[in-house]
Amino acid sequence: MKQSISFKLNGKPVTLSVNGGVSLLTVIRTYLDKTGTKYGCGIGECGACTVLLDNQPARACMISMEDVGGSEIITIEGLSSNEVLHPIQKAFVELDALQCGFCTPGMIMNAYGLLKRNPTPTREDIISGMEENLCRCGSYNRIIDAIQVAAKEMTKKI
Amino acid sequence: MRPDKINELYFSDVNEPIIYDRRKFLKKLGKGIIVIFSLSELSLLQGWSQNTTADNEPNFNAYLRVKEDGRVDCYTGKIEMGQGVITSLAQAIAEELEVPLNTVDMIMGDTDLCPYDAGTWGSLTTRFADPVLRAAAAEAREILIELAAEKLKVSPEILEAIDGKIYIKNDTSKSVSFAELTKGKKIVRSLKKKPNIKKSKDFKIIGKPIISTDAVAKVTGKAKYSGDIKLPNMVYATVVRPTVFGSKKLKVDTSGLSAFKNVELIEDGDLVAVVHSDPEISYKASKKVKVSWEAPKTKVDNNTLFQYLEDTVKEKKIFIEEGSIEEGRQNSSTVLEANYHDGYVAHAPIETHSATCYFENGKLTMWASTQTPFGTREQLAKELDIPLENVHIKQIFLGGGFGGKIYNKQAIEAAKIAKLCGKPVQLVWSRKEEFMYDRFRPAALMKVASGVDSNGKLNVWEFDIYCAGTRGTKLFYNVPNNRTRIFNEDNIHPFSTGAWRAPGNNSTTFARESHIDVTAHAVGIDPLKFRLNNLKNKNMVTVLELAAATFDWNRKKEDGHGYGIALGEDAGTLVAIIAEVYVDKTTGVVETVKVVCAQDMGQVVNPHGAKVQTEGGITMGLGYALYEDIKFNGGNIKTKNFNRYEITKFSTTPKIECVFISKMDSKPEGGGEPAIICVGGAIANAVFDACGARVNQMPITPKRILEAIGNG
Repeated sequence: MKQSISFKLNGKPVTLSVNGGVSLLTVIRTYLDKTGTKYGCGIGECGACTVLLDNQPARACMISMEDVGGSEIITIEGLSSNEVLHPIQKAFVELDALQCGFCTPGMIMNAYGLLKRNPTPTREDIISGMEENLCRCGSYNRIIDAIQVAAKEMTKKI
Repeated sequence: MRPDKINELYFSDVNEPIIYDRRKFLKKLGKGIIVIFSLSELSLLQGWSQNTTADNEPNFNAYLRVKEDGRVDCYTGKIEMGQGVITSLAQAIAEELEVPLNTVDMIMGDTDLCPYDAGTWGSLTTRFADPVLRAAAAEAREILIELAAEKLKVSPEILEAIDGKIYIKNDTSKSVSFAELTKGKKIVRSLKKKPNIKKSKDFKIIGKPIISTDAVAKVTGKAKYSGDIKLPNMVYATVVRPTVFGSKKLKVDTSGLSAFKNVELIEDGDLVAVVHSDPEISYKASKKVKVSWEAPKTKVDNNTLFQYLEDTVKEKKIFIEEGSIEEGRQNSSTVLEANYHDGYVAHAPIETHSATCYFENGKLTMWASTQTPFGTREQLAKELDIPLENVHIKQIFLGGGFGGKIYNKQAIEAAKIAKLCGKPVQLVWSRKEEFMYDRFRPAALMKVASGVDSNGKLNVWEFDIYCAGTRGTKLFYNVPNNRTRIFNEDNIHPFSTGAWRAPGNNSTTFARESHIDVTAHAVGIDPLKFRLNNLKNKNMVTVLELAAATFDWNRKKEDGHGYGIALGEDAGTLVAIIAEVYVDKTTGVVETVKVVCAQDMGQVVNPHGAKVQTEGGITMGLGYALYEDIKFNGGNIKTKNFNRYEITKFSTTPKIECVFISKMDSKPEGGGEPAIICVGGAIANAVFDACGARVNQMPITPKRILEAIGNG
């Protein structure tokens, strides 16, 4: 059954007529052409599809559209404004915390959620907060360092 | 190059470039200065290759073009999958051409624009494409200097190129830019003489740590992968799969599809798929197609695997034999024999195999996650029975490859489906499909015997390798009597296997380095000292000494901690890894505390990129050493997703330190694969050092450690 669902995507209101069981990942990637969010496993195990749902990191592959009505969603495309990189993106670039780049949007969105919850995380906090995001190229240590650099930069601005 | 041929080469040491075909596409290019260069002429670069050809036809494999706007296009058949050659190849060009790095644009893996390439595998890019591009860039610089000399009416000897301009030496008042020099011209030059390439003392960009040039595209989500392409009127394909690998289709019941509108069923032999413009409908409809399959008989499972390999694989040949095994054994005071086992592991790139394609006027255009765009073109032309020139593979990023994306099954499926349904098609494999058709690293069995005299000198080495190839197995230890035999047989695995990052070398290095430690301990000699006493290769001694110094081998061990060494050679690079682990003796759980890796990889083009690759290889390698194991019963692959397949995670990544021998005037060696080969052996030896458990089978799981402690 199709239903009308309204939500905000990267600050812009969206109303769609979709089947309530469709996954948020399909909607973002296929219907709304935001392909920065990736499919990796389809069961919430790898984190490549991580987006922010009402300020919480969420696995878009595990979320049905019927649960998205009225929510605010931010994808990797919504993180930088006017071509200016977000401090997390900037730190990922500076520390080269990526290789193939396929897990990167999910990593960055998960880190964004983590830093919203805990702006001054310890190394251990970062590891436990990021633990369920997988990177097959093996950039974990650089990602941890990048999140620490970003955290410093972001708290400095406040 | 077709996958079967690649497989054969990939499991052995490739020490020379692979010769390429001829192309006639220069007329497609616009104006500018174009320098083409053939790998077969690499002998021009003294010592970099012995290959020559009498053929005068343009048989080239790299070229670059200095455009009218002064920017430089580099065309290479190589692809970028995270290994960073998009950056390091551009560095080599910028260095020789004297242009800023950000003016070099890399056009990679496009079969209509780039010269033929056998594929991005075997850590070949930096070894063989980098020198070619450097030479081509040096030649382009010479041409530009000649043109500038004409324009400025001076002798070329007094000119020099700096930052995309040509100046009179020691006089910056007069200059002419590359853009001015190329305007309105089309000069095509094939390199005929030895180019005047720079010495390392003059390097400005090579050897400097450069951050990946594609990083911004990747952190913003703008980098496009094959499943990110959307075409007008495109349909999404879902393939109906059997549960058992290798099953043959018996019959198809499509009655369940009547509930769906606009779903189309595609059938072509064993390929059964549905397509729809909405991927969710395509997926749901595929579940309603009932296919009866005939599954192959189950012959083996995880428990019977190694006995099965030993019993089934009968074909053997001698790879290397020196001295006399019999004499070696007689002259040894201690002879030790052991078998080492390694299970199946998956490539598991985070991007599953994907392809997006369309037909237009009989020509197929495709974006595919492939390490072999030209191989894909060949496969598609054959499978669809269309001319080679009617297939165009486009440039695209890959979300990891690791040797798994050289087989291109998804590309063939997508193309067949597109042809049959007459619409643009996207096929993105599910993670379950990815595991089923991963082409796992083959399970391997190594039987080893070693003999030493009372002074701890190796006298004999016998190495029987089942299913892991010869890559990296040439002995760098000095053993007067040695024999390496290869046992192999086609189609003995219950599912497809293939090349996995440094094919075979992970298994054989684990076996060799474990057994070297076993031998050292048997004669009561420190494993570091034992290796130094027995090494033949002086460069390996230097690498091991650097690793030991960096690690501080003699530092005091904390309680429950152990140190382990492994040495290996891969893709021209020498590797020494020393690992520190902590083993909980009650649970058998291993915590990797630290890994030090020293490498002699010749010239390090991008020290930063090399470090990132080495760290990545070590991190990935901890997966096969400690966690990764495909569970199966015949062709029924039980490992279907990451919930049943543990790879290295944030919490299991240790502190990693990488150091490289400085050899800036040498030729560059491989960087993507080598480090990973030593992880298994170093961990196995460190685990033994920590708790006395000698585990001869990877992954080194807590259960196996506890069993080994019990038996010890």
